[in-house]
Amino acid sequence: MEYLIGIQGPDFVLIAADNVAASSIIQMKHDYDKMFKLSEKILLLCVGEAGDTVQFAEYIQKNVQLYKMRNGYELSPAAAANFTRKNLADYLRSRTPYHVNLLLAGYDEADGPGLYYMDHLSALAKAPFAAHGYGAFLTLSILDRYYKPDLTREEAVDLLKKCLAELNKRFILNLPSFTVRLIDKDGIHDMEKLPVGPK
Amino acid sequence: MFHCLPRSSVCENDSPPLFSQWSAPFLRSFMPEDSTHLSGGGIHGEAFSTRLPGRGGLSPLEFYMPIAEYLTESPINFGQTSLRSAPTNLLNIDHLHPSLPSISLPPPTPFPISPSVPLPFTLSHGTTTLGFAFQGGVIAAADTRSSCSGLVACPASPKVLPIHSHLVGTTSGTSADCALWKRILARELRLYQLRHRRRLSTGGAAKLLSHMLHPFKGTELCVAATLCGWDGDDEKDEEPITDKYGNISTNQVTSSGSNNQSTSTAAAASQPLISFTTQQVVESRSRICGPRVIYVCSDGLRLKGELFSVGSGSPYAYSILDSSVYWGMSVQEATAVAREAVFRATYRDAYSGNNVDLYHVTAKGWRRRERENLKEEYYREKERERKRVAERKAEKNKEKFNV
Repeated sequence: MEYLIGIQGPDFVLIAADNVAASSIIQMKHDYDKMFKLSEKILLLCVGEAGDTVQFAEYIQKNVQLYKMRNGYELSPAAAANFTRKNLADYLRSRTPYHVNLLLAGYDEADGPGLYYMDHLSALAKAPFAAHGYGAFLTLSILDRYYKPDLTREEAVDLLKKCLAELNKRFILNLPSFTVRLIDKDGIHDMEKLPVGPK
Repeated sequence: MFHCLPRSSVCENDSPPLFSQWSAPFLRSFMPEDSTHLSGGGIHGEAFSTRLPGRGGLSPLEFYMPIAEYLTESPINFGQTSLRSAPTNLLNIDHLHPSLPSISLPPPTPFPISPSVPLPFTLSHGTTTLGFAFQGGVIAAADTRSSCSGLVACPASPKVLPIHSHLVGTTSGTSADCALWKRILARELRLYQLRHRRRLSTGGAAKLLSHMLHPFKGTELCVAATLCGWDGDDEKDEEPITDKYGNISTNQVTSSGSNNQSTSTAAAASQPLISFTTQQVVESRSRICGPRVIYVCSDGLRLKGELFSVGSGSPYAYSILDSSVYWGMSVQEATAVAREAVFRATYRDAYSGNNVDLYHVTAKGWRRRERENLKEEYYREKERERKRVAERKAEKNKEKFNV
């Protein structure tokens, strides 16, 4: 039902998420933002069970900000990803596990861009491209075929558009719009929402 | 032994309180110091309290929540007649794929939803409630039928409950849970207002309710509320608002009494006043203050928007609202659309019906429209339809004669 995708380039990460907030068969919101800003250069994309997403993501968000306040510098994306995974793992075998699937995208001064894939069983993998949701079944092979490690920003956006076109064509559900953002050394940039409606 | 308690011992609390979790020391607090421990479900199995030293006890952010002790135990141990419990809808669906949302429509055949305690009757959540914002404020409307699978338990239950002077909440789900949590929310908002000398915003109230309900996730608590309110200006207009505060609340009380007699004249009289104040308010800081509609669900969903409908009749209501609601509509139009939406939903949905309640929230507070029985509307509709059919027949006959 929900869809997340991330593509990492040599000096940027491109991420997109759909904008639908649904409750059983009803779309309750068409402009819902599933990206949570952890710091100036880290975004957490979160989908999954209704309340768990916001609760968990806000918890991680506040803790990352608390770290910055206490220590004077920000957590790196790798550290933030491992912190998130550790929390998921801690709650996994408790009575109230968090049923969330995450993508963490960030830019580090030393390590460069990073995209981290995490799922509800608290697996963590750093990947050049990743997707969550039913849509992932349809789009991962497109990413496999056309991705190259040194792709430019325009090529990455084209690749993203190819994936969304495939979703529009073959996915049974209607996902009308996607929020797209790009993270590079200058921070987080909002990009035009895709797909663009008829003018 | 204690058949006759002397008054002094009761006042001095010599005997241990009957329900120890209700007394002051057993507080659940949500302070920033607790950030490393998420406030989820009593995982460590004890109720704890943190008190800031030198603050005289409670700090403003602490509030009390009734956490039953059984939440710290595994549900398997608590009151189950057999270890093999009926599987839930939720568990089955999660098994398919992790990102599939849980379905919350009422089951087609009544069966117990995995009770940890055997239920005396099957639960079913049927209702139609809606709330939307427009230029003239917020409209909150709901039907009044409380159903219990096949039985109409109460044909006249209020599903839109006022929380404070500028906030009403529509309720859907289990009636008892909704009534209780609305009261708890009202209490916490009033305490906040007394401590901070300003009303908590609708977004803040929604977040508070959402966090209060979070520990109960996974239990059978079911509350789906739409908070419809008006966020007012702070300090600058604080005096006028608090001056009118006493007046407005008493006005509401008296006018809702007289509302039963004549709604149309009351609506006409207060119409120009409302539009004047909204104009004033809109001119100054329209981003901070204004109408707000926020949907809060006990499974944790919290959505801010402009139009929401909740309940088993919500799809029918959505289809009416989506085509007719726009920001610039007048109050009469908005009232008519809300009424129509609830009426259509009660027409099609078996679990909604009887009357429709309608509340209108503006900068001056909420105003309640007289409860209307939809039976008459149904008969009027039938009458209109019959007339239309008769007219069409007459026209056809005319054409025949002309030709």
